[in-house]
Amino acid sequence: MTRYESLEASLGHTPLIGLPKLSPKAQAGKPAVRLWAKLEDRNPTGSIKDRTAIAMIDDAEKTGKLKPGATILEPTSGNTGISLAMVAKVRGYKLICVMPENTSIERTQILEMWGAKIIYSPAAGGSNEAVRVAKELAAENPDWVFLYQYGNPANTLAHYTTTGPEIYEDLPTVTHFVAGLGTTGTLMGAGKYLREKNPNISVIAAEPRYGEVVYGLRNLDAGFVPELYDASVITRRFSVGAQDSVRRVKELLEVEGIFAGISTGAILHAALGVAKECVDAGVGADIAFIVCDGGWKYLSTGVYGKDGDPEVLDGQLWA
Amino acid sequence: MSAPTIEVRIPTILRPFTKGEKVVSVEATNLAELISALDANYTGLGERLLENGELRRFINIYINDEDVRFMGSLTASLKAGDSVTILPAVAGGC
Repeated sequence: MTRYESLEASLGHTPLIGLPKLSPKAQAGKPAVRLWAKLEDRNPTGSIKDRTAIAMIDDAEKTGKLKPGATILEPTSGNTGISLAMVAKVRGYKLICVMPENTSIERTQILEMWGAKIIYSPAAGGSNEAVRVAKELAAENPDWVFLYQYGNPANTLAHYTTTGPEIYEDLPTVTHFVAGLGTTGTLMGAGKYLREKNPNISVIAAEPRYGEVVYGLRNLDAGFVPELYDASVITRRFSVGAQDSVRRVKELLEVEGIFAGISTGAILHAALGVAKECVDAGVGADIAFIVCDGGWKYLSTGVYGKDGDPEVLDGQLWA
Repeated sequence: MSAPTIEVRIPTILRPFTKGEKVVSVEATNLAELISALDANYTGLGERLLENGELRRFINIYINDEDVRFMGSLTASLKAGDSVTILPAVAGGC
């Protein structure tokens, strides 16, 4: 059934796409190692964050935290803001996003188009700084509703009840699940569901490695671990540099025709690493990974071009 | 046989300990040895990485891009050609 009562109702049930050319060749006589891409750009506003945004707003309405016409506040590097802006517009809320000043120009344009107001946080400190500024604003403005994706259990629950089950239903033979580590909601929720179904499934985190600018923290205690993060759900964790992420996101486009955002490159890099280990060990694998969003919002970084330089990402937030 | 030489990438915030060096080399066969070797060469660095003999909460260390917390933490072994990266915990989120 592909008819829906509204845009929001079309959330989820995104396609899981096989990658016959990018999947590595198994050794002669050994079982296949297959890669599967879950295309989250097929959500209402084009990213996996629609799941988080709708779940958090539904939950806040149900618990009475969110009253008609209220103002929502959220720290976001973009996609969550875009998803929240759509739901806020449809349901009649105001939205204020706290965003690092160095996110791509398309993010600002899209957010403003949907009617969100943006407060910029300093580039140095990146997402950590946006979270800190948002927490401060929330304390100063008690009438604003702070949904806080980094600590809101509705974020994890969204993936536990939708992303995880969808993957398991489409690919009951799944052996590995690879996703990005940001708020950690995707990995915690879908990872927990999958491991409850089959404890042998590996849950692999890939985090894009931010550049020097973003690491300009005042001290090590200015580091930040999202409240939702539970290390016991994860089996391995990789930090992937800009060079590798860009190389992989271009490979995905050139080999399989999928145009994804840059953080997907980091996830694919980890997935391909795991796939190679499986081939070397002669074991079969069905590796599902998340394509967080399409590449449209990152064109201004120039990295997709022939002479695109991954180094330009060092000064930017690109998750 | 002597321990392999390992390249360690130092984050901006810890470079005052290494006189501004971004990459330093030490000999070690596992992560615990690597941290003591770092501390021996750059006094005070070990204390910024460890607390009560464990990795500090906001410190992430990666061997060839993989988080050591899932590889046995301080007992994670090192071999020639491995590259170690130290990073403070930073949130992403798309």
